[in-house]
Amino acid sequence: MTFGVYKPARSLAVATAVLLAGILPALAQETAPAAPIMDKGDVAWMMTSSLLVLFMALPGLALFYGGLVRAKNILSILMQTTMIAAVMMVVWVVYGYSFAFGGSENAFFGGFAKLFLKGVTLESMSATFTSGVVIPEYLFITFQMTFAAITPALIIGAFAERVKFSAVVLFSVLWATVVYFPVAHMVWDANGYLFKLGAIDFAGGTVVHINAGIAALVGCIMIGPRRGYGKDMMAPHSLPLCLIGASILWVGWFGFNVGSNLESNAGATLAMINTFVATAGAIVGWSLIETLHRGKASMLGAASGMIAGLVAITPACGTIGPVGAIALGALASVVCYFFVSVVKNKLGYDDSLDVFGIHGVGGIVGALGTAFFSAGALGGIKGDDYAVGAQFMIQLTAVVITVVWSGVASAILFKIVDVVVGLRVKPEVETQGLDQPSHGEVAYHNS
Amino acid sequence: MKYVIAIIKPFKLEEVREALGGLGIQGITVTEVKGHGRQRGHTEFYRGAEYTVSFVPKVKLELAVDEAIADRVIETIQLAGQTGQIGDGKIFVLPLEQAVRIRTGETGAAAL
Repeated sequence: MTFGVYKPARSLAVATAVLLAGILPALAQETAPAAPIMDKGDVAWMMTSSLLVLFMALPGLALFYGGLVRAKNILSILMQTTMIAAVMMVVWVVYGYSFAFGGSENAFFGGFAKLFLKGVTLESMSATFTSGVVIPEYLFITFQMTFAAITPALIIGAFAERVKFSAVVLFSVLWATVVYFPVAHMVWDANGYLFKLGAIDFAGGTVVHINAGIAALVGCIMIGPRRGYGKDMMAPHSLPLCLIGASILWVGWFGFNVGSNLESNAGATLAMINTFVATAGAIVGWSLIETLHRGKASMLGAASGMIAGLVAITPACGTIGPVGAIALGALASVVCYFFVSVVKNKLGYDDSLDVFGIHGVGGIVGALGTAFFSAGALGGIKGDDYAVGAQFMIQLTAVVITVVWSGVASAILFKIVDVVVGLRVKPEVETQGLDQPSHGEVAYHNS
Repeated sequence: MKYVIAIIKPFKLEEVREALGGLGIQGITVTEVKGHGRQRGHTEFYRGAEYTVSFVPKVKLELAVDEAIADRVIETIQLAGQTGQIGDGKIFVLPLEQAVRIRTGETGAAAL
């Protein structure tokens, strides 16, 4: 997809041309009208989508993660998620939007032109996938803001139950600045490096999930495992909360994936059915592999499969067919299951809530799988001129660039944060649980 | 007076309470506890993590009774709390020196 911001002459034309060539040829039949059209149906859907993505973060992600930690740490997770979302919204308005979509022709950086949303008015419009059809720029800014708000919050699951609150907030701002905004520009802006390369990332598999997953892996390795990891009982304190959160994420994900279509049309419905059935395939896939491996299908397994499927379909949902989506979701579950139950234990890193194992790995499966399942022969919307091999290499390039960019930058940023405020709480705080020492509150009282 | 402590299976609590009510027992204290005797715990899996849970949830009853009905109380708990499976629990009986009703200051068997 493109988020080339509408400027009457060039940007829209570039964005549309690239798109029509590569992503949504079905929409090419529409003839471009002389004056850009703003459709109230599109606007209504995109406002709804923005709210759905907010709902993913709060309370979806917060509860999903919150249920997975021990009772003494749930408030730290809820608070970190809430604060990251709030801080990122402020940062987005101040400079994030400009850095990602400021209109610069640089391939990696959106520029300074729209700091504090300078120049944005009620008349400003942003391009969609259809030539001549626009949405208000305030709406585009808001929709994209919700993505920026949730992505750094995904990372915190990897080093849950031991990280300092101040370190989380500082890292999130730095990471968004150095990693998220540039990668968002690269993938979604019409001038972006990966966009021009032709990478298919419909709703942000690279920008959001691989990006956050890699940062999570680096973070949990640099912070180190929880005290007592591998010895003490660290079971989730509330799987019911976890499933509530995961299910809210599923519902919210329709804003994320279907909203990424930017218009309320047939392309949106393809993303919608794919977001349903890929997730269904992934839940079935995870439970099946778990039954074969362990003999039982667990609730947490089904919830994990749900998230793995949602992550995997994110880049693919605009270009693959529903049957391919089921297969991609199931495949993602199998690979993620292998990572969280075998690879993680072998390597010994403590990715507490499996952010890398599900978002990172599922994101990579999705990004690479998109190349195959987009082909017409596998039910995708691509025609005869689509070369799977060539697209696979482009997808692989996008993955490698994201992994290296996020991996290297995250390592440096974690080091900086460690020096400035310290990454980790004191041992006695970790033993007691973060809630009372960090926030002065306790989640559950017996009376 | 005797002080009776019984560790029983949680789902047997209501049956035991009813049976004790039939004896005219008026006061009972119940606590949710964990522990193990010969019945061992179980294994839990959370994604890749495997935990052995050594302690089994049980309910602990405590009641102070008059010497005269102590044997019938013990027998009642034993019968009502029994499933015949391992893990049915234990009953412990202690001599009780004194009992005081806080509201009135009554002591001994009158306070029970």
